Amino acid sequence: MTPSTATLPTRGIADRLTGLFWRRPGIFLLLLLLPPLLWLGVIYLGSLLALLLQSFYSIDEFSGMVRQELTLKTYGELLRPQNLDILIRTVVMAAAVTLACAAIAFPIAYYAARFAKGHWKAVFYLGVMLPLWSSYLVKVYAWKLILAKEGILSWAANATGTSFIIDGLLALPVIGSSSLSTSPLGTFMVFVYVWLPYMILPMQAALERVPTSMLEASADLGATRGQTFRTVILPLALPGVIAGSIFTFSLTLGDYIIPQIVGNSANFIGMAVYQLQGTAGNIPLAAAFAVVPILIMLVYLWLAKRAGAFDAL
Amino acid sequence: MHSDRPTLLLRIGAVLGLLFLHLPILLIFLYAFTTEEKTYQFPPPGLTTKWFSVAWFERPDIWPPLYLSLKVAAISTAMAMVLGTLCAAAMSRTKFFGRDQITLLVLLPIALPGVITGMSLRSAFGIMGIPFSVWTIILGHATFCIVIVYNNAVARMRRLSGGIMEASADLGANAFQTFRYVLLPNLGSALLAGGMLAFALSFDEVIVTTFTAGQQSTLPIWMLNELVRPRQRPVTNVVAIVVFMATFLPILIAYYLTRGGSETAGMGK
Repeated sequence: MTPSTATLPTRGIADRLTGLFWRRPGIFLLLLLLPPLLWLGVIYLGSLLALLLQSFYSIDEFSGMVRQELTLKTYGELLRPQNLDILIRTVVMAAAVTLACAAIAFPIAYYAARFAKGHWKAVFYLGVMLPLWSSYLVKVYAWKLILAKEGILSWAANATGTSFIIDGLLALPVIGSSSLSTSPLGTFMVFVYVWLPYMILPMQAALERVPTSMLEASADLGATRGQTFRTVILPLALPGVIAGSIFTFSLTLGDYIIPQIVGNSANFIGMAVYQLQGTAGNIPLAAAFAVVPILIMLVYLWLAKRAGAFDAL
Repeated sequence: MHSDRPTLLLRIGAVLGLLFLHLPILLIFLYAFTTEEKTYQFPPPGLTTKWFSVAWFERPDIWPPLYLSLKVAAISTAMAMVLGTLCAAAMSRTKFFGRDQITLLVLLPIALPGVITGMSLRSAFGIMGIPFSVWTIILGHATFCIVIVYNNAVARMRRLSGGIMEASADLGANAFQTFRYVLLPNLGSALLAGGMLAFALSFDEVIVTTFTAGQQSTLPIWMLNELVRPRQRPVTNVVAIVVFMATFLPILIAYYLTRGGSETAGMGK
């Protein structure tokens, strides 16, 4: 009988490859990473570069064709008053939506993090998860039904005799209009509704990490509920709020469906991009518009990182 | 004073918040049965089930977008599952140069607003002269679905002990056998959950799709057109219910597949 070796005999190509992977883990890693990196690197980053490049092209006024020469002319167009209006309107809307989301999200996140136990924990979790993932368009459509002049909200206001509140809000100069479904106020409400779950989840995660012992210590030291909230809970939950605000802010900046379906025809960045690349055929200006949210979000992310928000994601 | 019971105000806020998140969806169901097809009158003047048969038999314009959406979602999910799993396998244990940058690259397609992804792809197609087709839609969808599968797979792999792979190697299995008999059974439910979520996301996507579809119409684009120029409004509601179910059910299944772990599916969209 011949003495057998400690290792099993190599049987085929699969075994030989395994040996190679074992000796050279770098090759294995490269093989794993190559397909996803090629995809994301070529298709995604390549497209982002194409966007950047496109924004430095310009449109020929006479022929309407894209002139493929690098120029800052398109960015100059971006700074025209009517285009600046669009940028400012979008950023103000994004900020307002973010604040409203934070205010509405807090009780839900706080209750789910501190008081919901067992069965209720699952209810709260699914209660936020399902609206987060369920169809975006269906959610927007639901609000078109709610806000319509003949819809449920007017009906409820009439039935309870509170129509004057809606009428009063609609009479306000900047946010009002003839009906909720054509007013900036309506656009704002739909934005808040659609992005709210994105705020709740990181907020809840941050609140769950606040140790109960700290709240007890705060109470032992004689703090009132309000003081504990302001000086202990809020600072510790802030990274979660900022993490959530990244989503609500960024999603509002780029959205073009909601203002198209609910609201007056006031333009937002997303709508400008959509119209310019489509009917207007001005792809360079559309690209320049799309670069703005990227820049805003880069600054926002940098600030959020300094505030420690990424640990809360 | 600190107590362990929530204040009344907090309770009311939490319950109202949850109701605010859920009640609007119910209206979609109600309006699918209304007899009024020209306005969104509430309460509905009468109830009928005829719109379901109208949608099925008399609206042939619904079927091609439905097929296209199913096709796009299926192919994008399959591609994202392969690419996301590969990426998760590479990122789960080894530390290497550029690791954080790769994480950022995977996250970027959902971190930036969809309009940017859409407009970027549109610019690239424009510069390279690529005509719109099913594949231009899939290109966009697979890109943002990768991160969904990746998130689910990487969370499960972190929980797996490295010991079982070493044990498998010690027992003489090669890399492929270890993958097939050890890794895959352990990853299975996480991958399925990731696939479900990716499918739901792709089936429902409209923001990127409008930029990459050209003249083609997926079901969400069909719905968007109906929202802008309505005709037979309750039929739109019937389709909305279908779209809602096609996203709702996969999410619920994904939740039950990963329940109990620390990495329940869907924490980040």
